Amino acid sequence: MSAHSTSSSLRTYIVIWLALLAGTGLTVYAAGVDLGHFNAAVALTIATIKATLVALFFMHIRGASEKLTKMVVISAIFFLILLLGLTMTDYATRAKVWG
Amino acid sequence: MATPSGPQGERENYLNKHYGVWSWLLTTDHKRIALLYLGSITFFFFIGGFFALLIRLELLTPAGDLVQADTYNKLFTMHGMVMVFFFLIPSIPAVLGNFLVPMMVGARDLAFPRINLLSWYLYIIGGLMMLHCMLTGGVDTGWTFYAPFSTAFTNTKIVEAGLAIFVAGFSSILTGLNFVVTIHRMRAPGMTWSRLPLFIWAHYATSIIQLLGTPVIAITIVLVAAERALHLGIFDPKLGGDPLLFQHLFWFYSHPAVYIMILPSMGVVTEIIACFSRKRIFGYSFVALSSIAIAVFGFLVWAHHMFVAGISVYAALVFSMLSYAVAVPSAVKVFNWTATMYKGSIRYDAPMLYAFGFLGLFTIGGLTGLFLAALGINVHVTDTYFVVAHFHYIMVGGAVMGYLGGMHFWWPKISGKLYPEGWARLAALVVFVGFNLTFFPQFLLGYMGMPRRYYDYSHMPEFQVLNVLSTAGATILGVGYLLPMIYFLWSMRYGKPAPDNPWNAAGLEWKTASPPTTFNFEEEPVVTWEAYNYAELDAPHT
Amino acid sequence: MSDSTATAVHRETHNPALLHHFAEPQQQRDAASLGMWVFLATEVMFFGGLFCAYLVYRLWYFGDFGAASKTLSLRLGATNTAVLICSSLTVVFAVWAAQTGRRAMLIANLVLTLILGLVFLGIKGIEYHDKFVENHVPGASFSFENVPIPGHPDQQATPRHAQIFFALYFIMTGLHALHMIVGIGIFVWLLVMAWKGRFTPEYNTPVEIGGLYWHFVDIIWIYLFPLLYLIDRHP
Repeated sequence: MSAHSTSSSLRTYIVIWLALLAGTGLTVYAAGVDLGHFNAAVALTIATIKATLVALFFMHIRGASEKLTKMVVISAIFFLILLLGLTMTDYATRAKVWG
Repeated sequence: MATPSGPQGERENYLNKHYGVWSWLLTTDHKRIALLYLGSITFFFFIGGFFALLIRLELLTPAGDLVQADTYNKLFTMHGMVMVFFFLIPSIPAVLGNFLVPMMVGARDLAFPRINLLSWYLYIIGGLMMLHCMLTGGVDTGWTFYAPFSTAFTNTKIVEAGLAIFVAGFSSILTGLNFVVTIHRMRAPGMTWSRLPLFIWAHYATSIIQLLGTPVIAITIVLVAAERALHLGIFDPKLGGDPLLFQHLFWFYSHPAVYIMILPSMGVVTEIIACFSRKRIFGYSFVALSSIAIAVFGFLVWAHHMFVAGISVYAALVFSMLSYAVAVPSAVKVFNWTATMYKGSIRYDAPMLYAFGFLGLFTIGGLTGLFLAALGINVHVTDTYFVVAHFHYIMVGGAVMGYLGGMHFWWPKISGKLYPEGWARLAALVVFVGFNLTFFPQFLLGYMGMPRRYYDYSHMPEFQVLNVLSTAGATILGVGYLLPMIYFLWSMRYGKPAPDNPWNAAGLEWKTASPPTTFNFEEEPVVTWEAYNYAELDAPHT
Repeated sequence: MSDSTATAVHRETHNPALLHHFAEPQQQRDAASLGMWVFLATEVMFFGGLFCAYLVYRLWYFGDFGAASKTLSLRLGATNTAVLICSSLTVVFAVWAAQTGRRAMLIANLVLTLILGLVFLGIKGIEYHDKFVENHVPGASFSFENVPIPGHPDQQATPRHAQIFFALYFIMTGLHALHMIVGIGIFVWLLVMAWKGRFTPEYNTPVEIGGLYWHFVDIIWIYLFPLLYLIDRHP
């Protein structure tokens, strides 16, 4: 049986909350800077960090004793990447036909 | 055992514990819900079968002389939609899975009994919507409802059919969710993963597909509905959209969907072969892992339905190679089943006849899938009857045979009665003969160039002979399907009462009464033996 | 016969929150938690199809998407992002309060979460209204003339490509808003149960799994915001 996952202390929550707000500010700022093709990468990286913080600390994955929860999350992300990635094997290798 | 008796002095079980329509419509007992599903999917099987009959009648003659072209389009569309979404996908999981999964793991019920009931109601709502859609004009796009025909051109009831499928899909997701949580959290003490029946592994793998695949077709349906309503252009080339995007999203689910249809059947066949060979399954871990592998690999191959649609040649290469890979775990299973039977003590009861039928027909269907995975052949036979024959060999020769075999195998447990064995063996033979006569000619027709979805082949009148054979076979097949429905119903009233374990089979479900009590086990079982312990079961008693 | 006799296992003495088919409360908790996580995995794939469509068209029509994205209000979008982040904080506070038996704190944070959720929907409503007024809602009255592509002032955005952006914008944020509405409904129910004192340190699973759902909806927005609002915002 898994032990009930322990909650982080309230202070941890506040720190994560501030980090999320800071991340939001950062991504808005970065969008105003011309980084060429890297704008998208930066924005998505920041978004992924924010999402990871929410998942790990607010959704208690970090404290979860059970590997199963992590497996479920990883599976969902894996299959999403499959959908996007394998679809791109088509779109990345043919010309834009319609328009 | 001092179990209370029912009104007629018979032992109390899940069937006679409560009477009345509401005790059925508001039940949370997984066994009753399984029977609710049994009735509903049988109903839709009749509807889908009726459309098949009309299709085969039309194709008796080369001219399009039974129905009009538009009507024919609706016939094959509704046949496909009903059979895929309202019969094949629910069939084994919703009937046999619901009934057996809790018992096989040693639980009193599924993890979420009320969600289980909700799942059935969603199926019914979806089914009623689909019925209404059919009665008020139906859909003519093919069950694949490709854009932009479905989004911008057809006048038929796409949105309604789509919503029906959406709702039924939600039912499917909830069933999968229930199974995954049950298998993880509700196993009895001592029931480790490696002691689980392979039927459970198969349903676990199926549930993964249901959970992760169905949402994608759900969102695709939303997009199609939005596009039809607002003329958006997401899939319409005139507005800058890409029709192939629809196909990618559609097939991302619909290919894994075929593994939803076949994996449970493989689980059934595994149980049957072990029991009627009186042997432990050969290579248990290989069979278990191959189920998971099929579920995962099944998500990697969808664009093999799009080889001629306009995807790039490089994508086609990738998907062709992956499609060969997905055949490997299925082949592993076939080898393991065969090895199980080697030097086994084979009995030819009806369930085993269906399992034999499955082995041969699934192998043929699967091998022809490899023909289709080869780009060179695919270009030649795509959209012909070769493809139609291929998938019917797997879905009918494979999935439905497994379903029937499982219904026979577990019928004594479900109903507490024995079916008439003689009639059952006859029916199995009739199904086998009828099936092959229906679909083998279609391989030949397709290879010779007869296109699918054509109501008129008068420019190729030489195809008539094979079409007539196919229709004759379909009639025989229909009779073969009717027989079990008749004698199963007959047995509920007049059949001999069944002992708890008429087959002396392994598995926790056989330790319950036939039929079981509402909570399955009187005391929570503690498992100390390995799966398929046939050597112990058959050991001479002192 | 083989050594397959089932032996009795004593059931836990009757606990009103324990459903009959579970052997013990921990099993029931674990089942509920796993059930919610698995459901969230299906939601990832549900939104995933939309992300796939978005990915394809953003690559195909990057300039037009940039032009369309610029017409969204960055202030309102960023504000909404902050609102949801704050609501996630109130949710974890609520869960903590439930686990430590602090009824007043639990109720206060559930109320705050609800208020923030409604603020989010209100701002969304304002944004939708603005789009309606500017004729950016896809359909018969859609219009997107003479809008330059960011970075290429000599080129104009193709209206039908911008329409695809807005189609995806409305469907993605609309679906997200629908999930928010469901979340608000769930939290209203949690509030009623909390008010009645149903949650204790021993039994607070609904708060926990309701919280998981809310955080997930927040995560979806964390991705929607940069993808829809921040495509090309540099001068």
